[in-house]
Amino acid sequence: MALSGLIFIGYVLLHMYGNLKAFAGHDSFNEYAEHLRTFGEPILPRGGLLWMVRAVLIMAVLTHVYASMTLWRRAQNARPVKYARKKRTGAIWASGFMRWGGLALLLFIVWHLLHFTIAKINPAGGATNDPFNLMVDSFDVWWMTAIYLAAMLALGAHIHHGFWSACQTLGLTNTARSRGRAKRVSLTLAVVVAVGFSLVPLAVVAGVIEK
Amino acid sequence: MKLTLEIWRQEDAASKGAMQTYEIDEVSEDMSFLEMLDVLNEQLNSQGDEPIAFDSDCREGICGMCGLMINGEAHGPEVTTTCQLHMRSFKDGDTITIEPWRASAFPVMKDLCVDRGSLDRMIQQGGYISVNTGSAPEAHSVPVPRDHAVRAFTAAACISCGACVAACPNGSAQLFVGAKITHLGELPQGQPERDQRVVDMVAQHDHEGFGGCTNIGQCTAACPKEIPLDVISQLNKDLRTALRHGL
Repeated sequence: MALSGLIFIGYVLLHMYGNLKAFAGHDSFNEYAEHLRTFGEPILPRGGLLWMVRAVLIMAVLTHVYASMTLWRRAQNARPVKYARKKRTGAIWASGFMRWGGLALLLFIVWHLLHFTIAKINPAGGATNDPFNLMVDSFDVWWMTAIYLAAMLALGAHIHHGFWSACQTLGLTNTARSRGRAKRVSLTLAVVVAVGFSLVPLAVVAGVIEK
Repeated sequence: MKLTLEIWRQEDAASKGAMQTYEIDEVSEDMSFLEMLDVLNEQLNSQGDEPIAFDSDCREGICGMCGLMINGEAHGPEVTTTCQLHMRSFKDGDTITIEPWRASAFPVMKDLCVDRGSLDRMIQQGGYISVNTGSAPEAHSVPVPRDHAVRAFTAAACISCGACVAACPNGSAQLFVGAKITHLGELPQGQPERDQRVVDMVAQHDHEGFGGCTNIGQCTAACPKEIPLDVISQLNKDLRTALRHGL
């Protein structure tokens, strides 16, 4: 759970960096996308690095989902009779949203891959072979932007609890000080990722990024 | 003050229980929570009804025998044991929900009494050190650095009440196991069995049907002895070390 989660955090940070290239304009964004495919050539074939990253991510997703389902099932079995009344004293809001929020994120990732990678859906009906234009066309549709912003809120919440929890599972927070630090880093990562990803769709809506 | 109590009643381990409502009057705010229940039981006795079964022993907050889920919080709204919770924490006219600890590893025996034998069985798997009996050894012969002693003592304050399990949304007992691991792992006397202890106690923990820890933190908020969450990190670290040593 912890290790696969940390892989995701590393990945979303790189992904976010790539997305922010949108602010550098059409050509810069598309060049970056193309460069991801030619990275490591000629030692690697075209798209070689991309597929290696994808293989790691697919394994991490399988591990993460399997581990979470195991924990979920164990929790169900550990308390068959529910409390009539139960408070969540001592817990942050995000920690109660890990399972359903995680499933929502999984659905979002499937949609996101269909949207931009596998099926390339352009809700505006335009061309789909230009990554930058596809992105701008998509975020010009209000409900697409809404889906993405909601997903980033869920991702931020997931990281807010997830990163600290990973530190704890890996046995890195053995003092009050290191615990406090892990929680602060967790919150910072959550805000950086959620805001960083949201900037591009918001900029499209605001007209800062245009075709 | 006048209170409405919603209390879990269950005949025995085999039967199905349900919440029942009771009214109680003239409760003094100086009463402890258990004294309030004693008064209710006298009332029930005089009416010829079966009194409510609940556990208690020292009533000084040190034995860990009492423990009730009060308004959705283990041991109620204060950071203390149920016996040291006083009625001044409630208001006249309040409705108070009282339930037993809920966990498959803590089966309800009657009303509010649960069997916490699963905690004892985990202790039997390694929550001890092996020493020869005889005269007490000279205390100064094994030096313990102060930081270690303080941390060991903080963890050793655990009274095995089970509030951590009751509060945990996963029904996990990791705070309890972590407290033992940290308590004994910080001391020189705990080192020879350190690796085996964590492996065996975690195996027993899972075998008893406790859930897995997801670091929510409700355990430490409910703990009347304020055992910090870092004992769970210590547990994970010790487990990793033990697995690396080939156990």
